[in-house]
Amino acid sequence: MTHRHERILNIGALARVEGEGAMRVRVTGDRVEQIGLNIYEPPRFFEAFLRGRAYTEPPDITSRICGICPVAYQMSACRAVESACGVAVDGPLGDLRRLLYCGEWIQSHALHIYLLHAPDFLGYPSAVEMARAYRPLIERGLELKKTGNMIIDRLGGRPIHPVNVRIGGFHRVPTPRELRGLVPGLRRALEDALATVRWVAGFDFPDLTFDHEFLALTGEEYPLERGTPRTTTGASFEVADFEDEVVEYQVPHSTALHSRLVHGGRYLTGPLARFALNRDRLSPLAHEAAADAGLGRECRNPFQSIVVRAVEIVHAIEEALRIIASYEPPPPSVPVPPRAGRGHGATEAPRGLLFHRYDIGADGLLTSARIVPPTSQNQAAIEEDLRHLVQERLDLDDEALTSACERTIRSYDPCISCAAHFLDLKVVRS
Amino acid sequence: MAPKLAVWKFASCDGCQLTLLDCEDELLTLAGEIEIAHFLEASSAVTEGPYDVSLVEGSISTPADAEKIKEVRRMSRRLVTIGACATAGGIQALRNFADIEEFRSVVYARPEYVATLAESTPISAHVPVDFELRGCPIDRGQLLEVLSAFLAGRSPGIPNHPVCFECKMRGNVCVMVAHGTPCLGPVTHTGCGAICPAYGRGCYGCFGPSARPNTGSLKTWLGDIGMSRPEIDRAFSTFNVTAFTEVSDDPPA
Repeated sequence: MTHRHERILNIGALARVEGEGAMRVRVTGDRVEQIGLNIYEPPRFFEAFLRGRAYTEPPDITSRICGICPVAYQMSACRAVESACGVAVDGPLGDLRRLLYCGEWIQSHALHIYLLHAPDFLGYPSAVEMARAYRPLIERGLELKKTGNMIIDRLGGRPIHPVNVRIGGFHRVPTPRELRGLVPGLRRALEDALATVRWVAGFDFPDLTFDHEFLALTGEEYPLERGTPRTTTGASFEVADFEDEVVEYQVPHSTALHSRLVHGGRYLTGPLARFALNRDRLSPLAHEAAADAGLGRECRNPFQSIVVRAVEIVHAIEEALRIIASYEPPPPSVPVPPRAGRGHGATEAPRGLLFHRYDIGADGLLTSARIVPPTSQNQAAIEEDLRHLVQERLDLDDEALTSACERTIRSYDPCISCAAHFLDLKVVRS
Repeated sequence: MAPKLAVWKFASCDGCQLTLLDCEDELLTLAGEIEIAHFLEASSAVTEGPYDVSLVEGSISTPADAEKIKEVRRMSRRLVTIGACATAGGIQALRNFADIEEFRSVVYARPEYVATLAESTPISAHVPVDFELRGCPIDRGQLLEVLSAFLAGRSPGIPNHPVCFECKMRGNVCVMVAHGTPCLGPVTHTGCGAICPAYGRGCYGCFGPSARPNTGSLKTWLGDIGMSRPEIDRAFSTFNVTAFTEVSDDPPA
C-alpha cells in the first residue's frame, strides 16, 4: 500500500519469535514519524497473583512465564528469595545451578541460531524448509539443542519447567556417575559448537550499527547465575539498587513495559552486552573462537549477535565440562528459614538480564513481587534501531522494508511471552 | 497429499509448542510426513486452512482471543488442546478468584491500555475440543502419541489414572509414606513419568486431576502430615487451579 505522501507498514504477526507481537511504522513524506513494537501477548498478571503465595513458590510459579527460559526464572527467583532471607547459595550448589543454566543457554541459543535466525541468512521461511537443502546442518543444530536439554533433563528432571530446583539448592543432587554420563555428548557438542561459530561468522551481515548503552552482569566469571550490573559507560550498581537505576514505563501500544536507565536512557541487555562487558572472561576456546570469527572488543551490529550466541554456546559447553570434572556431590540444599524483608535477584537469561524482587512477610508469604524481563528492557533500543533502519531504507518497497524490519527484530531474539507484562509490523506512510 | 498441521498460541509461556521443537530426533521425520502449515514460532511461511489437526496452546483471556479461537475451530478438522493453560486455564486463571481491576493496576500504571477479560478460561469453554493433552508442560512422548494417533485416524492411547501408577512402575519410594513429604500424586493425572518423586519431592499437580480423584481423602492425609489448611489450598491452586476447584472433595462414586 505505497502512497506518495503517507505510508503505513504493518507486520501482522511476527514469525520465528517466542510469543505474540506486531509492528507498526508510520512514515510521513521522508520522515519516520512513529515506530511501535506492538506486543499483544495477553497479560498474565504474575506479579499480582504472587502476592499471598509462600516464599518457597516463586521458582516453580515464575518459571511458567517462559517455556524457553524457565531456568532463568528459577535462578533469579531463588537468588531474590534467598537474599531476602539472608542466605547465599554458592560453592558446589552454586556450581550445579550454573551447570543447569549452561544447559538452558545451549538449548535456547541453538534454538535461536538454527531454527529461528539462520533461515533469514539463507533465505528460507523455516528450518524445516532449510533442512531440505541443508539437512546435516539442521541436524547438527538439533543435536546441539538436545545436548543442552540433556543437561536440564538430568539435573532438573525435564527440559521445560524442570522440577528439581528449590529455594536453598535442589531437591536431589546428581551422583558423579549421572553427570559423567553427559561428558561424551558434551565433547561432541563442543566440536559442533566451534563449527557453528565458523559457519555463522561467514554469513552476509547487513550493515547496521547502533550506539546504545549495554547493561550486563559482571564479576569474576562470564556471567550466568550471579554478578553485579554494569554498563558500558562504566556505571556499576548493586542488584539491590536496580529499581533505583532502571525505570519501567508503560506505552499505549504494548502489554510489555519499557525500561530506561535513570542516568542514561535506552539500553540493551543480552549476548552483545554480556560480550562487550565480559569478553576476557570467556572460556579459552570461546575466547579464541570469538577472535577467529572476527569479533573485536565489542560488537554493535545486531545481526552479528548470532555469532556471539554461538560463542556463548562454546563457553557454556566448556563451563559445563569444567563443573562436571570437579564435581563432588554436596548436601542437596541449605536451610533457608523465612524472615520478613525484601530480596533482589538478577541473573543472565539467554536473552539478557532478568531481575526479580520480592517482599516477604514474617509469615513467609509474599506481599509484593516485581519482575523485569530482558525483552521489555530491550524494547526501546529495538524500536530506535528500527527507526534508523526504516529511515535509511525508505526507497525500499513495503514488502522489502517489512522483511528488513522483521529480520532486525528477530536478531534480538525477543521473547514476547516474557515481556508481556511484547510483536505485528504495521508501517503507515504519509 | 500430506496432512496439514497448525499450531496456535493464546495466553501461555510457549513451552508446550516448544515441546514440538524439542522432539529433536523426530522433528525432521515428522516434517516429512505432515505439512507444518501454520506454526509461527517456527516458520514465517503460512499455508491457509483448513487444517487436519490444530494444536492449541494457551488459555482464553482477552476479547480478541475469544473471537480468534472460534475462527481456529472453523478451520480445523481436529482440534487438540496442549497443556494446562489450554485445558484448564493455566496459572493465569488465579485471576478468576480475584479482582481483575486490582490485578491490572498492580502490574500496569495505565491499566486502561490493557485489554483483558475477568477470567482466564480453557479452550473447551469456547469451542468443542477433540482431545485435551494435559501437563505444565505437556510430555513429549504423549504429544507424539496424539499426533500419530490423529494422523493414523485412531484414538490416542493416553491413560488417565493417577501419577501413583507411574511412580510405582518407575520403582520410586513413596515420598509421602517414607518421608512425610506432601504429594499430589494420588489425585494427579498421569503422563509426566512421576518425575517429582524420582527427584525426592512431592508431585505438585501440574497435569491436573486424574479420573475420579479422591481429593477429600488426600486433603485429610496432607493435614495429618502437618500441612495447614491455607497450605493445602495453595497446593491445589497452581497450574490447574480451575480443574482442581471443580473436583468435589466427596469420595468418587
